[in-house]
Amino acid sequence: MMAQITLKDLAHSYVANPTKDADFALKEMDYVWQDGGAYALLGSSGCGKTTLLNIISGLLRPSKGRVLFGDRDVTDVATAARNIAQVFQFPVVYDTMTVRENLAFPLRNRSMDPAYIKARVQAIAATIGMEATLDRKARGLTADAKQKISLGRGMVREDVNAILFDEPLTVIDPHMKWELRTQLKDLHRQFGHTMIYVTHDQTEALTFADKVVVMYDGRVVQIGTPEELFETPAHTFVGYFIGSPGMNLLDAKVAGKVAHLQGVDVPLSGAYSPLSGRVQIGIRPEYCELTSGTGLPITIQRIEDVGRHRIIRGEVAGQVVNVIAPEGSEVGADQTRVRFAPERINVYADDWRVQGGAA
Amino acid sequence: MEKTQNNKAWFLVLPVLVIVAFSAVIPLMTVVNYSVNDTFGDNAFFWNGLDWFVEIVTSERMHSALGRQVLFSGIILAIEVPLGIFVALNMPKKGFWASFCLVLMALPLLIPFNVVGTIWQIFGRVDIGLLGHGLAAMGVDYNYTNNALDAWITIIVMDVWHWTSLVSLLCYAGLQSIPQAYYQAAKIDQASRWSVFRFIELPKMSGVLLIAVLLRFMDSFMIYTEPFVLTGGGPGNSTTFLSIDLVKMAIGQFDLGPAAAFSIMYFLVILLVCWVFFTVMTTLDNAETK
Repeated sequence: MMAQITLKDLAHSYVANPTKDADFALKEMDYVWQDGGAYALLGSSGCGKTTLLNIISGLLRPSKGRVLFGDRDVTDVATAARNIAQVFQFPVVYDTMTVRENLAFPLRNRSMDPAYIKARVQAIAATIGMEATLDRKARGLTADAKQKISLGRGMVREDVNAILFDEPLTVIDPHMKWELRTQLKDLHRQFGHTMIYVTHDQTEALTFADKVVVMYDGRVVQIGTPEELFETPAHTFVGYFIGSPGMNLLDAKVAGKVAHLQGVDVPLSGAYSPLSGRVQIGIRPEYCELTSGTGLPITIQRIEDVGRHRIIRGEVAGQVVNVIAPEGSEVGADQTRVRFAPERINVYADDWRVQGGAA
Repeated sequence: MEKTQNNKAWFLVLPVLVIVAFSAVIPLMTVVNYSVNDTFGDNAFFWNGLDWFVEIVTSERMHSALGRQVLFSGIILAIEVPLGIFVALNMPKKGFWASFCLVLMALPLLIPFNVVGTIWQIFGRVDIGLLGHGLAAMGVDYNYTNNALDAWITIIVMDVWHWTSLVSLLCYAGLQSIPQAYYQAAKIDQASRWSVFRFIELPKMSGVLLIAVLLRFMDSFMIYTEPFVLTGGGPGNSTTFLSIDLVKMAIGQFDLGPAAAFSIMYFLVILLVCWVFFTVMTTLDNAETK
């Protein structure tokens, strides 16, 4: 029953007659979600994550393009017939039902065998840690207990095509968050459902998913493993959004194997043909180093000790540059320059990454 | 922190007590006074104990009026509550038509009671009324002035026309407060339309529905003006409800003693029913949260 989910030339607008690019909440995209994959959909609020999720589950009909489950076109198929589970940001429970009835609801609606329902509900209750409260009314429970019920209802059907999570841990306590996320991962390993997890929290995304899909302004800007997102962000947004602090981005002139910045030449690992538009070089704070020798002149503004390492906040030619230095390292008065590791520098033209040629 | 004890604050309540005394307690006391006295005229009253109460409680006439009243309120609730919910469920949720429906539905509620009675009185007349004449033209033997069943049907239809909007508007407000996510979750859970109503809409409406039922019960139990204008309690006594009978007794026959006793019991019955109603509903509500 499970299937890969294909989005073909998909786009969505909340405007009746979209004409310009800005009218689209979701810009045209083509993408295949592999069967059994654990995906995270990462992006800031309002970038179209929820819209995309609602299109997959059928709560929203896309203005353009098709949605396919396997080979079957489900664009016009109602949500109920798609057999998809979705957990929303805020808890939805059926107040007048007990916790048990809540968990059993999706199974009862499909007229499953009562003995099976009983066993399945018991198993899910154990997963979300609510066995003791199974016979309580859902109404009086706390917000995080209600959200656990919502999660449980999302996972109770074994034959769903995919399980979609829309920032499901927003209302949950931090320690519980970690536990539930681990359980979701376990469930994924156990049952192999396709899972799509929407979040704006990079830690959540990176720990949950095999593949992270980063969205920005209605567009998928990069799909990759956590490592790819870290090392080679395809878009400046990915560089800025992933990492703490995010990637340093500096306006520069790039010619061949060198970036010119403030009259200083910064060596690059690849060769670049002439670029048009706004050209920037991006480097992770982890790959910057303060030196007293050669490099770009940096004005240090503040040093933050965050325990594992120190973050040096500085400025190079009026642009913010952060440097991560190992814990315990000394910042001497003579360290007025910053050096970038050439093989870690990415080059961007109009926010999109440019692949360098062979050296 | 120590609280300052100052019982002079009670004096601040005094104006309210005076107003309530003049507006409610003193008029009520005159009724209480009449209910336990009798007179042979000349403004000379003498103590009559509870005789008037006994007379009213054992009176055949009162029993049948009470019977009609209970039947009427029962029918009204049985029709208006489900119909009101049904209308509310089918109203547009937003846009021009939502506002249009709201205004349209509020209209009957704004018409004075005796005007409603007059409208239906004329509407139903066999000689000139659109409804009465129309039915007669179709060969239906309809006449609310001399057929008890026709009179009842007309009064019930009139009340449904007049008051179903109230139930609908209250339910509509309840429905509008349900977040969209509930409907989305129900779709995901593959719930049937009935389940959505039973497990999402009805529970969220229960609060306003309680108020709607209470209001409709009280109003229908105390109904006077519309049936008085429409049928005058007839034909015979067939649509003489409690308050119509009360007015006949108090003003028509000038039997102030029995009428006063009747008023007090009428008032107490309404108070009692409302209290029972409210207690039962809130207890049920609390039991569910446990």
